[in-house]
Amino acid sequence: MIWEVFRQEREGQPFQHGGSLEAPNLEFAEAYAVEFYGRRAESVALWVVPRDAVREIEDPYVADVFDRDYRRVDGYSLKLKLKEARDRAGTA
Amino acid sequence: MQAPPETAVEAVLAFADDELVLGWRDSEWTGIAPFLEEDVAFSSIAQGEIGHARALFELAAGARGGGGDELAFDREPGEYRCAPFVELQLVHDWAATVARHWLYETADSIRVAALMESDWAEVAGLAAKMDREEAYHRMHAQMWFERLSGDERFEAALAELWPYALGVLEEDQRGRLVELAGREPVEPVERGSHVDGFAALHEEMTMVRRSVPGATW
Repeated sequence: MIWEVFRQEREGQPFQHGGSLEAPNLEFAEAYAVEFYGRRAESVALWVVPRDAVREIEDPYVADVFDRDYRRVDGYSLKLKLKEARDRAGTA
Repeated sequence: MQAPPETAVEAVLAFADDELVLGWRDSEWTGIAPFLEEDVAFSSIAQGEIGHARALFELAAGARGGGGDELAFDREPGEYRCAPFVELQLVHDWAATVARHWLYETADSIRVAALMESDWAEVAGLAAKMDREEAYHRMHAQMWFERLSGDERFEAALAELWPYALGVLEEDQRGRLVELAGREPVEPVERGSHVDGFAALHEEMTMVRRSVPGATW
């Protein structure tokens, strides 16, 4: 049985996928997760999740049918606008 | 500080020898354990035992003079005080290995608890530190014990190893092991002699160090 392990490096930080492991039951999975991700003080918390419980979304791409460039910020030079605003406010 | 009594130093040395030799035997599984996760976990436990041995040897060396490495590797096979239990070569028999692991950790919990009460403050401190790591070893041993319990090979191995396990502990601690292991008292296989394979193990264990005597590594 495959288990996915998520680890938190420091309190308050998001959990990130650490890797997967094979174990016959939850008890073994916990022991191995501690062994692989907890013995060098590299994690403050661990989640073990049976892989079966993870649902993979088949088509994660949400198509952009219409041209909505205006919703993106990459065409817009914030740097310049910011400089102008700062000059006006005299905080540059 | 008053020098610790010789009997206490002897006990620490016997404990160190147990941990070193068991660590060695357990490490023989590295690369060939039943599956990858267990390979990593069991190798790590083996290293844990050797780490404990190192701390114990240094403590004994501090009381006696000399260094931990000399105690660990420069003695003659006949000078080692380890219990025959830890010397048995069980590699290729996972059921027997788990049986020894569980019996040893159970016995060790009794020994470590007793040392935590030692008048020798450094030993008590070290035992407390070891106990934190041993808790993980015990959890690992217990989950395997539960998984293999009732299996014919495993039960046979437990029965065969039981007299050896009793020999790890001082006489006054054995009753507690009988209770914890839930087995009948039997004639223990005592410390003081070595199993046939010990000479070969010693040869291998000290091989590199003997190749350049006195070197600083």
